[in-house]
Amino acid sequence: MTPELESAYSGRKLASRFATGASSVAVVLALLPLVAVFAYVVSRGARAISIPFFVEPIGERGAGMANAIVGTIQLVFLASAMGIPLGIMAGLYLAEYKATRLARAVRFSADVLAGVPSILVGVVVYAVVVVWMKQFSAFAGAAALAIVMLPLVARTTDELARAVPDSLREAALALGASRWRTALFVVLRTAAPGIRSGCLLAVARVCGETAPLLFTAYNNRFYNDSLLDPTSTLQVQIFTYTMTPNDDWHAQAWAAALVLVAIVIVLGVVARRLLDEKVPG
Amino acid sequence: MTQRALATPPRLPPQPPRSLRFAGMGKSGSADRTFGALGAGAAGALGLVLIGVAVSVARIAWPSIQASGFSFVTTSVWDPSRGVFGALAFVWGTILTSTVALILAVPIGLGVALFLTDLGPPHLRKPVSSLVELLAAIPSVVYGLWAALVLAPILRTTVQPALAKIGGPLFRGPNVGFGILCASLVLAIMLLPTIASVSRDVLRAVPAELREGALALGATPWDAVRLVVLPHARHGVFGAILLGVGRAVGETMAVAAVVGSRADISPSLFAPGYTMSSVIANEFPVASSELHIAALAEVGLLLFVITVAFNVAARILVARSNKSAAGAQA
Repeated sequence: MTPELESAYSGRKLASRFATGASSVAVVLALLPLVAVFAYVVSRGARAISIPFFVEPIGERGAGMANAIVGTIQLVFLASAMGIPLGIMAGLYLAEYKATRLARAVRFSADVLAGVPSILVGVVVYAVVVVWMKQFSAFAGAAALAIVMLPLVARTTDELARAVPDSLREAALALGASRWRTALFVVLRTAAPGIRSGCLLAVARVCGETAPLLFTAYNNRFYNDSLLDPTSTLQVQIFTYTMTPNDDWHAQAWAAALVLVAIVIVLGVVARRLLDEKVPG
Repeated sequence: MTQRALATPPRLPPQPPRSLRFAGMGKSGSADRTFGALGAGAAGALGLVLIGVAVSVARIAWPSIQASGFSFVTTSVWDPSRGVFGALAFVWGTILTSTVALILAVPIGLGVALFLTDLGPPHLRKPVSSLVELLAAIPSVVYGLWAALVLAPILRTTVQPALAKIGGPLFRGPNVGFGILCASLVLAIMLLPTIASVSRDVLRAVPAELREGALALGATPWDAVRLVVLPHARHGVFGAILLGVGRAVGETMAVAAVVGSRADISPSLFAPGYTMSSVIANEFPVASSELHIAALAEVGLLLFVITVAFNVAARILVARSNKSAAGAQA
């Protein structure tokens, strides 16, 4: 290398090293808030968590969040029961009839729907379900969460089912299986581990969804007697307590945040495990 | 079966023998149609949800659209008790918080994405990638709680007094911690994973041959990024930023917790403000009158139009970028 080239190259090498350094700084800056949020949630939450937190209903000093925990579990189960089967059906249809105009349009609108602010889902469920039933209810909250889940589940199913090789479909069809059998017993089964993992991630996502519940499930100081009553949830209760100037309630909110974050992370880890296990093909 | 039987293959009947048919084989046509119809129904329902959102939000908003007309988006007086509704302050708050958040999150998010695809040491890429995804998994309310009880006091005691020394229209006014700056910071934290992971995918879709070609010609990693990767992926990166905008505009709970909840228009970042999504979150559950609900729904309608526009544009850009990369690979 000539000296001029040599010096030009060393300049570029310096620039490259600088860029690498800058990107490392960006990583540190991005992880700083993660560490900060975690540290606070774990330390303050662990200090505030106690047995009454899990067994006493919402109230003044010494109370817990038992009814909010039950409420969140109720809503998430009900929402999953509505959103997951419908989402898988829709996703399977999108994959099996991938080239039709309907499939293209729905795929696009699912992507857009996933970007619509979840609070608007709350407004819609309010307009349709709450106004119709004339009261806030756990059912309305679950419906809102199901709508949030729907595009997530459908698009995951779609992506994974489309990744199933066509040779498997052709083999099934050549053996005389009908299309629906092929879809349900060959395509869906092949893609199942990934779909299960996608569904868990969707469940994790709605465990933390708060905005669509504010005026659908609303809030309740007591256990709800039925799904037609308003119900308290961990998410909404965290927000309510955040907005008060009361230290006891802040402590309760930290404890609830710890429980919520723990649930979300456990679901995420299990989802990843499922995905890693799938390999046998 | 013996060897000889195999040597002369029997002529197959046109239909498999009865013993080899399984139940429902001959009737698969109608079952297929049912399956197709059910699937189409489910998919159609999914498509209808989007239209349903638009129609039902517009329907509740209708009384307000009639009452306020165009002044709804040009005035900023929001007084539910007198029935006067102007949403300009919310639009302003949304634009200001999203802009500040993007100014912070875009360079950092892009830096993280480049670290994950080109610049960082390979053995660090996977753990960093998982950690960034963890950042996206934390619920919005938890960020709200943290911002209100931890971040806002830090801003009040140390950051904002320091910024106030710089002065200027951005950094002055009351110092309470809660306000536009706090909301923007927490928004930036929440946008980061979106921008980082979508741009990472877009950058990864740039064909390896292009990178290798550049490196083989003597380019440093940064040269390859600057001259080959980024120009190739620019539409997709722009799409990632637009997706970030969509998230910033729609993010509700964390912002509602710290934005200060006052319908004012002020250029100061210290001042309390309001955003479109957070005013719906705070006032919709306690709305006093039909018109108040309608006005909040109209804010929702604005929010819907804005987020859908950004998302559609972003999806088109990202899809086109990934497709052109795939085409170059083929």
